Amino acid sequence: MPEGYLPILVMVIIASAFAVIALGVSALLGPRRHNPAKDEPYESGILPFGDARRRFPIQFYVVAVLFILFDVEIILMYPWAMMARRLGLFGLIQMGIFVAILLVGFVYAWKNDAFKWQ
Amino acid sequence: MTLPTLNFLAILPLLILVAATLLVLLADLVVRNKRVLTFLGLLAVAASLAAVLLVRPAAPTFQGMTLADELGLFASVAILVATGLALLLALERTSDFTRRPGAYVALLLLATAGMIVMAKASDFITIFLGLEILSLSLYILVGFAQRDARSNEAALKYFLLGAFASGFFLYGMALIYAATGSTNLAEISKGIASHSASLPFAPLLPIGVGLLLVGYGFKLALVPFHMWTPDVYQGAPTSVTAFMSVATKTAAFASLIRVLAAVWSGDRPWLLALAGLAVVTMTLGNLAALRQTSLKRMLAYSSIAHAGYVLTGLAAGNDRGFEGALYYLIAYTFMNLGAFATIQAVQRRDQNDVTTEQITGLSTQRPGLALLMTVFMFALTGMPPLVGFFGKLYVFSGAVQGGMTWLAIVGVINSAIAAYYYLRVTVLMYMGGATAAAGDIPRTGWAVWTTLVITAVATLALGLWQQPWMESIREAVTLLALR
Repeated sequence: MPEGYLPILVMVIIASAFAVIALGVSALLGPRRHNPAKDEPYESGILPFGDARRRFPIQFYVVAVLFILFDVEIILMYPWAMMARRLGLFGLIQMGIFVAILLVGFVYAWKNDAFKWQ
Repeated sequence: MTLPTLNFLAILPLLILVAATLLVLLADLVVRNKRVLTFLGLLAVAASLAAVLLVRPAAPTFQGMTLADELGLFASVAILVATGLALLLALERTSDFTRRPGAYVALLLLATAGMIVMAKASDFITIFLGLEILSLSLYILVGFAQRDARSNEAALKYFLLGAFASGFFLYGMALIYAATGSTNLAEISKGIASHSASLPFAPLLPIGVGLLLVGYGFKLALVPFHMWTPDVYQGAPTSVTAFMSVATKTAAFASLIRVLAAVWSGDRPWLLALAGLAVVTMTLGNLAALRQTSLKRMLAYSSIAHAGYVLTGLAAGNDRGFEGALYYLIAYTFMNLGAFATIQAVQRRDQNDVTTEQITGLSTQRPGLALLMTVFMFALTGMPPLVGFFGKLYVFSGAVQGGMTWLAIVGVINSAIAAYYYLRVTVLMYMGGATAAAGDIPRTGWAVWTTLVITAVATLALGLWQQPWMESIREAVTLLALR
């Protein structure tokens, strides 16, 4: 058993202990007052209707994919922004290429009416 | 902080392909005549091929992430040739099934880039990267015939099973990393060689390799991981099937050979496991192909069988077998692409498949196509002096040399079984009375003819004229340095 893995084991134990204790203690000690509104799957004030498994417009899919595209872009930009000074011109050019590639995808999606809700 | 020195020249073929992909997408927005895009794609493939052949950097590059060795070169050439032929094949027929020929060309180029990454990768991270690029592109390409329910079904099936296979890949890689402490193939090989018994998690290594093998099994359509193959090959547009059936196999086998060479210990049990996989793959593929009435389905099962033959070479566990496997891959590239090209030439514009009934009596309506189909069928059967014969010869003789004569015998019996369904196609074309009306078969354009002629000539010539590229294969295998 290599020592390098020990911190991971400790981390796993602490993390699971924390979860078990937090949930267990509140389940044991917490008060329970049921009412119909509280027992709904989503206690949001809006009355639930129908089945969760229903057809929905395929356009949501396009929106979701486009969201991922830009989300990933931003996620990669954060660490680059933190290191931008040290990465210098090299990093700037790399980020430029990355953004340019995404931009092509953006323009392609735009021109193909991906942003129009039909 | 020191920045890594990156040898961008080493990945020039990839840079060309990716830049061309973006260019095609942009051009798609402004160009009216969509054929221009295909030519742009062909130009990119030619440029990339030139880059592969002319720029030969010292390996390895990118901190050992990729190798530009002889094996990578060999696989890249085979993949790029397949892409070029597939682009030509699709030129006149993309409009049959899609309104987005631009995206089609772009995805084909992107898939090619992924395959080359995979074939050249010498690190698990890069292997996985290449695998995902090629898989994601192919999932979309398979479902490109949007109005065809079969195509949609094929895409979904391929996607779900492919995602599953990726899971196996990753888990296998993770376990091998746990056992050896590295994702780099060279490091892994060194680690196993120097202190294999004292590695902390040594028992995880065989489990990891096993899981990895399952992942490769899915991608290569080895039995029992082949279930998706007939449906996907039948449902995908024919030019996509032609491309993916050969190029994916080249990329995945090149990568598998690299991984095997790295974790190789020459253990008999591993070779026997590979041999067992080869036997069931060959046999099941051939037996299932016997009773197909759809030509694309028949060729799908036959492609499973051919993967089994290639695997025979790997199971042999010696240089001869590996050489045979590589030879087989290039042979298979040409003969199988040719066979699918002929199917596409015969298929009606509103259809995505050809039945055995439709080709009955083809020789009277289209003697040229019937003759070419005969050449490809003979080559796939393994008739001398066509390229398929030598492929089988080398693979089986490798098995005999490796002390697996029984495996070679099973292979030969399988070839005899396969002869039945390949030759049946020929018999139907020449001896059956014409059933399909001649008008059903669309005019064959120059691009398809070019593909057919190139593949047919290669099927003949590469069997007769082997010297120069057999040397390249030998060097590739020698560099792997099997222990």
